[in-house]
Amino acid sequence: MPEIMPALAISAFTATSALGRGLAAHADALIAMRGGLEPNRISSRPLDCWVGRVDALESEPLPEPLAGWESRNNRLAWTGLNQDGFVAAANAASTRYGARRIAVLMGTSTGSIATTEAGYRDLDDDGRLPPQARRPAIHCLHSLGGFVREALDLHGPCMTVSTACSSSAKVFAMASRLIATGWADAAVVGGVDTLCDSVLFGFNALELVSAAPCRPFDVARDGISIGEAAGFALLERAEQAPDAPRLAGYGESSDAYHMSTPHPQGAGAELAMREALARAGITAGQVGYINLHGTATRKNDEVEAALVARLFPAHVRVSSTKGYTGHTLGAAGVLEAAIALLALDHGIVPGTLGCSRPEPACAQQLALQSSRAGIDVALSNSFGFGGNNACLAFVRAGACT
Amino acid sequence: MNTSIALQVLGIGTWAPGLPDWPALCSYLQDGTVLDNVAYPPDARVLSPAERRRAPHTVRLALEAAAQAVAMSSCDADALSSVFASAHGDAVIMDAMCTTLAQAPDQLSPTQFHNSVHNAAAGYWSMATGCRRATSAVCAGNASFGAGLLEAAVQVVHASEPVLLVAFDAPGRGPLDAMVTTRTPFACALVLAPVAGSRQAAATLHLQAAPPDDPPSLPQAGHLRQLAHEHACGHALALLENLARGGPATACLPAGDTLMLRIASEAG
Repeated sequence: MPEIMPALAISAFTATSALGRGLAAHADALIAMRGGLEPNRISSRPLDCWVGRVDALESEPLPEPLAGWESRNNRLAWTGLNQDGFVAAANAASTRYGARRIAVLMGTSTGSIATTEAGYRDLDDDGRLPPQARRPAIHCLHSLGGFVREALDLHGPCMTVSTACSSSAKVFAMASRLIATGWADAAVVGGVDTLCDSVLFGFNALELVSAAPCRPFDVARDGISIGEAAGFALLERAEQAPDAPRLAGYGESSDAYHMSTPHPQGAGAELAMREALARAGITAGQVGYINLHGTATRKNDEVEAALVARLFPAHVRVSSTKGYTGHTLGAAGVLEAAIALLALDHGIVPGTLGCSRPEPACAQQLALQSSRAGIDVALSNSFGFGGNNACLAFVRAGACT
Repeated sequence: MNTSIALQVLGIGTWAPGLPDWPALCSYLQDGTVLDNVAYPPDARVLSPAERRRAPHTVRLALEAAAQAVAMSSCDADALSSVFASAHGDAVIMDAMCTTLAQAPDQLSPTQFHNSVHNAAAGYWSMATGCRRATSAVCAGNASFGAGLLEAAVQVVHASEPVLLVAFDAPGRGPLDAMVTTRTPFACALVLAPVAGSRQAAATLHLQAAPPDDPPSLPQAGHLRQLAHEHACGHALALLENLARGGPATACLPAGDTLMLRIASEAG
C-alpha cells in the first residue's frame, strides 16, 4: 500500500448538470431529493429512455474569441467554468503563481464527438464533412483540454484523460503528482461529457439503458440513465488555503477482467478504495460518507454493494446520486467529487433517489432519504470501461483524522 | 523553478511499417535496411487468440510495442503501472461508429462501442497481462507522446518504481480521416524507471521544460523523418533515434499546447 500523501487544498470547485448550474442548485436539489432526469428528446432518432440534460446550451454560443472551439461539449465546459466564481479563482491563481505553473488536466469519455456525429449526418456531395465541421481539433478528445486551457489562458502541463467513466477522477491523482514533483504549483482539474448518439445508442446496444429513470441499488433496477455534466476544481498546496476542503488521497487500479463488465468480486475496485484510504491515512471506520459509482446496472451495483458492505462498518453512509443527474460518464468523477465536497462543506448526505427497495448487501449503509450530518471524511468511487477504477478521498479542513 | 527528472530506460519497443521492432529500427540506422512484407496490424502475441480477434487494430499495434518493451526490461508486466498516449485512439472505429449512427443507430455493435473508448488499449493490456495496477489513457493532440512521457515520468519519480509508457496512432478512414494527422501506423513503448546504478539500463534520460518556442527536433534518418511528419506521435522518433544511436544527445518535443520538453539522453 502507498505511503500517506500530503493533502492538497481544493480552493475552488463547481458543478453544472441536470440539477442546474453551480453548487447552490446542486445542494438545493440534493437536500430536497429533486431529480433532473427527463424523457430523452436529444438523440438523432428516438430512443425510449430518460436523460439528465443541461438546458439551454443550444442557444448559448461560445464567445467570439473561442468560436473555433464550438461544440456542445465545449459550450457545457464554458457554462460550467462560469459558475461559482471559478474563472476568477483560476485567474487569481494564475496571477499568484504564473500561468506556466498551473496545469490543466481534463477528463472526458467522448469529448466533442457530437459534432463529428452531426457532420456524418450532413456529409457534402463528395462525402466530406460539411465546412463548419472541418476543424481537426474538435474531432479529437483533447478538444476539451485544449479549449479549457485556452479559455483560462493557462500555460502549464495540459492533457486530456480518457479512461471512460473514471476519467475526471483520475485528473485529481495526476494533479497531485505534478504538484508533488514540482512540475506545477496548482492545477485546474475537471471533466465534461455531453449527451450524444454514441453513448445513448452505445449503452443501448449493450442493453444497459433503462427505459425509466434509473434506480441505483434498487432490487428492481434495470439499467442506467445517461446525463451530461461539467465540473472543475482548483488544487493547490494545503498551506495556500487553510480553510479549504482537502484532497487527502486517491487510489487507481485495473480489473484485468473484461472491457465492459466489472470484476465479479470487485477486485480492482477494492484495490482503488484501499489505496485511497492508505494515501489519506484514514481507516474505513473514519469515513462519514461515500458517493458510490452506483450506475443502476444489475452488475455494477451488486458488486459495489457487496464491496462496501465488506470494507466499511454499518454506520458509514453511502449513496448513489446517478438518480438525480444520470450517469455523466467521463464527467462523473468530478461531478460526484463536487457532491462529496458538498457533504463536507454543507453536511448534506444525499439520499439515493430512485431506490425504494435497496440491495440487501448494503441496505444498512445505503442512505435512501437525504439528511444533514457532520461529515469529516467523504469518498467518491468512479469505475469505467476497460476495468479502470479510481477512488478519491476528501477531508474537511481542520478535521481530526 | 525549473524541474528536472532523471530516468532510466529499461526497455524499448516499436512498430512501424518496415521496422517491426526495436532491433529493426537500430539496424535501419546502421545499414538503411527497411524490411519488406511486414503486415499491419502486428500479431501482438501477448493477446489470447480470442482477444486478438476482438481487439481493434490500434490495440494490437499498441500492445505489440508494449510487450516488446516489457520483454526487454525484464520487468514483470503485471507489476507495472502504465500510461497509454494517443491523439486519436482508433479513428477507423470512430468512422464506422459515426457512419452507423448516421444511418441506422439501432444497429450499433456493442463490441464496437466498447472498443471505441480511448482506454481500449489500456484495458486489453491489463486483461492480457493480468495487471491490476493503475493504467491511464491520455491525449494532447500532436503533443500526445510528450504529454504521456511527462505523465509516466512523473509517476516514476513519485512512486520510485518502473512505469510502462505506450504511444500509438494509426490512420483513419472515411470522412474523419481528413481530420486526422496520422498517415502511417506507428507505436512505441518505453519502460521507464528511477535511476539506480545497479540495474542494466538501455539509456538514461534527463527531462526538463524547454522554452515554449524552441522548435521540436526531427530525426536525421530519412525513413524516420518521413514517419515523424506523418504521425501524431511522430515527435517520439527524434528521441528514439537518439536512443538507438546511443551517444549523448538532446531532443526537444512538445508535451502540451504550450509546453516543450528537452530530453538529454546517454547510453546506459
